[in-house]
Amino acid sequence: MPHDHSDHPHALLPSDPALRVKALETILTRKGLIDPAALDEIIDTYQNKIGPQNGARVIARAWSDPAFKKAILADADPVLAELGYYGRQGEHMVVVENTPTQHNMVVCTLCSCYPWPLLGIPPGWYKSDAYRARAVREPRKVLADFGVTLPAETAVRVWDSTAEVRYLVLPMRPAGSEDLDEDALAALVSRDSMIGTALASAPSGGSGSIIGGSS
Amino acid sequence: MSDCIGHSAPEPVFEEPWHAQVFALTVALNEAGRFSWSDWVARFSQTLRRNGLSRELDGGADYFDAWLETLEAILAEAGNASPQEVALVRRDWEEAYLSTPHGDPVHLAG
Repeated sequence: MPHDHSDHPHALLPSDPALRVKALETILTRKGLIDPAALDEIIDTYQNKIGPQNGARVIARAWSDPAFKKAILADADPVLAELGYYGRQGEHMVVVENTPTQHNMVVCTLCSCYPWPLLGIPPGWYKSDAYRARAVREPRKVLADFGVTLPAETAVRVWDSTAEVRYLVLPMRPAGSEDLDEDALAALVSRDSMIGTALASAPSGGSGSIIGGSS
Repeated sequence: MSDCIGHSAPEPVFEEPWHAQVFALTVALNEAGRFSWSDWVARFSQTLRRNGLSRELDGGADYFDAWLETLEAILAEAGNASPQEVALVRRDWEEAYLSTPHGDPVHLAG
């Protein structure tokens, strides 16, 4: 029943799905199938500890350290595991490198498979039917919607994620970033640039790329 | 695909607390070996496809509605939480909220 006033006589009733989730949690806890403390740990991890800052750190390192870059492009899993970034669902990570001739863009046409350990929980648009359908069909138009226009000689390759394989885009290092250290480089790497719907930002807050809301 | 493009405001990781709860429940059940992540993805993508037939899903609330629907179906089939059980405990929670003074923590009666 809707409430019209702020002085509720009783606690505000959660929505129907929220009550159903509470019911599931109660039932599974009573049966010993889950531990509420484990749920809190999972929520805390994804809300506070994991996010695009992890991926940005990996990208900045790859820009600064050629051996690291070579290793992560060849076989990302062991390199990432060493940094403490590994998939809790046992998925494999693949890093794909943007070059002047190939721009990479990631989608999950099935649902919303995403490199959680490196980017956290995907944004709403990544999960939308519109992006999932259009990214494969008309990637250049989708990029244009994101404000990214690529030279004609740059091909666009779209990678479709699955339960087993998740992709991370290694954006091109922006011009003018030669003197920056890893921390400063990481600040140029937005979430969207690692999905492939943006480019890495130019140093001095310059032009040509959008901020992906990752900071 | 209009308002989902070119945004710049930071978004919360989970829009609503129950989105975080149902996500964590699913991850916990997977990690406890109740189902594989491939099985989860197969079922979840079926739900999304079915729900997306009648309208275009925007990846917001409708995404987690589909998530919850999938988890309820898996748990019902596995005999871990039948629809009847869920309805009963849901009603208990509802009554607990309606009988708890505003501002007090809400607990299920014994």
